[in-house]
Amino acid sequence: MSDALKVKTMEEFMAQGTQPEILFWVGSAGSYDDRAKKISRAFVKLLNKANVDFAVLGSEESCTGDVAKRAGNEFLFQMQAMMNIEILNGYEIKRIVTCDPHSFNTIKNEYPGLGGNYEVVHHTQYIKELIDSGRLSVEGDFYKGKRITFHDPCYLGRANSVYDAPREVLKKTNATIIEMKRNKKTALCCGAGGAQMFKEPEKGDMDINVLRTKDALETNPNIIATGCPYCNTMMTDGIKAHEKEASVEVLDIAELIANTEG
Amino acid sequence: MEYLPNILFAIALVLGIGFFVRNIQKLSRNIKLGKTVDASDNKSQRWKNMARIALGQTKMVVRPIAGLMHIIVYVGFIIINIEVLEIVIDGLLGTHRVFASLGTLYDFLIGSFEVLAFLVIVAVVIFWIRRNAIKLKRFIKPEMEGWPKKDGNLILYIELVLMFLFLTMNAADFQLQQLGAEHYTKAGSFPISQFIAPLFDGMSVSNLIMVERTAWWLHILGILAFLNYLYYSKHLHILLAFPNTYYGKLKVQGAFNNVEAVTNEVKLMLDPSADPFAAPAEDVPEPEKFGASDVKDLNRIQLLNAYTCTECGRCTSECPANQTGKKLSPRKIMMDTRDRLEEVGKNIDKNKGVFVDDGKQLLGDYISNEELWACTTCNACVEACPVSIDPLSIILEMRRYLVMEQSAAPTELNNMMSNIENNGAPWPYNQMDRLNWVNE
Repeated sequence: MSDALKVKTMEEFMAQGTQPEILFWVGSAGSYDDRAKKISRAFVKLLNKANVDFAVLGSEESCTGDVAKRAGNEFLFQMQAMMNIEILNGYEIKRIVTCDPHSFNTIKNEYPGLGGNYEVVHHTQYIKELIDSGRLSVEGDFYKGKRITFHDPCYLGRANSVYDAPREVLKKTNATIIEMKRNKKTALCCGAGGAQMFKEPEKGDMDINVLRTKDALETNPNIIATGCPYCNTMMTDGIKAHEKEASVEVLDIAELIANTEG
Repeated sequence: MEYLPNILFAIALVLGIGFFVRNIQKLSRNIKLGKTVDASDNKSQRWKNMARIALGQTKMVVRPIAGLMHIIVYVGFIIINIEVLEIVIDGLLGTHRVFASLGTLYDFLIGSFEVLAFLVIVAVVIFWIRRNAIKLKRFIKPEMEGWPKKDGNLILYIELVLMFLFLTMNAADFQLQQLGAEHYTKAGSFPISQFIAPLFDGMSVSNLIMVERTAWWLHILGILAFLNYLYYSKHLHILLAFPNTYYGKLKVQGAFNNVEAVTNEVKLMLDPSADPFAAPAEDVPEPEKFGASDVKDLNRIQLLNAYTCTECGRCTSECPANQTGKKLSPRKIMMDTRDRLEEVGKNIDKNKGVFVDDGKQLLGDYISNEELWACTTCNACVEACPVSIDPLSIILEMRRYLVMEQSAAPTELNNMMSNIENNGAPWPYNQMDRLNWVNE
């Protein structure tokens, strides 16, 4: 990426004796996964554009433990959670934004019981907030005439009933938004949740991501939009399985909006 | 001899209700084998959920055809039971149509019962066709083979027979009223049974009375028998849907419970002032078993869930793993839990109130590891259930047992977890490189 991104750590804020507006929880995927790193960068590009005074934890961030919890390893989850909470509370963090619905869900709903109480927002909600408050504007014509369908991440949608924010942000692009037959509450999982991302699927007659991509392709889209790094990987693989990678793109909402900025 | 029918009726009523109470006691005993769980919070929200989901059937109508048919049978069931009240009073006192003095209101009531009975017959026939002729996918899954399929059909047959008996009884009564038979005062309106009545044209009064009495007795005995069939059937949901929706999860679906026993241990591990070599305190209880391998490890709400499940299969039809041919079926998780709980209950009955180890458990003998590991925790099953059952919580509890008690996770997951332990990410990357993405 040519433009250098401005990213400050909490440690730097601490050294200056200031507090950021918000903490960007990057998450393990956003930090290490090649595809997801692009989402992190696109989101930071938007934060920079909107002049958001944000921080990251950098090397002080550790896995939320979400995936361990869903795999059944409550010990590991709580170890991770308590270590993260100690850091977050040490910095007196009040508000957290993340591009990962799994981090969003676990910090929002499962950390409070272990002593971590924060306001947690998903990046699609935060982007909407920036647009609504006029800090961020979306160039209208970039996606005009394109067909976009949105895949609801389970841990954003069903798990937390966040359905509108990603759709409202998408509408700002002036693209045609088409819903899949199964959407919102009845959206089909991409197949990555519950630690499936890290293992081979059990024996069956199809992979879940291939089935879900089929739902998406039925809307005849140019772009499949997601709001989760794991969904993104699964849908991208699904597109390949359907041999549609030449005509259909899988993009995170942060990337979609960042692209309009040229 | 004059009071013989009254006495016989009273005996039938006492036996029918007596057996039912005994079954409910057994059910309650079995549910109490589970761990206690605090659900004393948010009472008003819980009542609202019960009113909305169980009484109001809000989640049934998500699937409009099945939902509408179900509401007909449900409303029919409740309304027609007002008629049962009259039957019970008549049976005990030897009266006939004791509410007839209500006049026009009575006519209206009987008339509407008849219309409902007819609609119930239509709905039940459609239900039967969906199960046996159209063979909707969710009704022919492997876990439905054998008894569950028969159970489903049997319930439909019983409902059909009860409705026909009710209408036959009215039709004969209608004829008797026309003939001015003694005891059969003119009361009620018969919008449906008037079409059955011509079958009895030309019959003598005594034969008509025989028909009317036979239908009357079979109808009420059938209802008492059906009441006692519930415990052995998936049909318990007509009662348990109410407590089950009351005790349903209130938090957002994504919030999984944190295990308290683990919290205590983790706090101790992270506490720098704790002495790792300290002798354990005398009064510390045996360390708790983590997760669930048998029904007694589950909580009471989860066991109530199992008894409430009516095997409709909406969960399974929404499950991404099941849709792609994996063995996992959330409905089977609930059915297995109930079957095992029943087995444990019978074991206790047989051994004078004590459970004698039978070398079996829910995990392995009923639910396989393969099923448990196929779950994506997507909550589609939880969302789909019309009566707030949470199959996912049982799957998670059993995964906890597999991982924390048996270290029996699939190898790839063990690798993932040791990566988290060692470098704070599910992949083998150095934690110091967490910010490299900024400059790539």
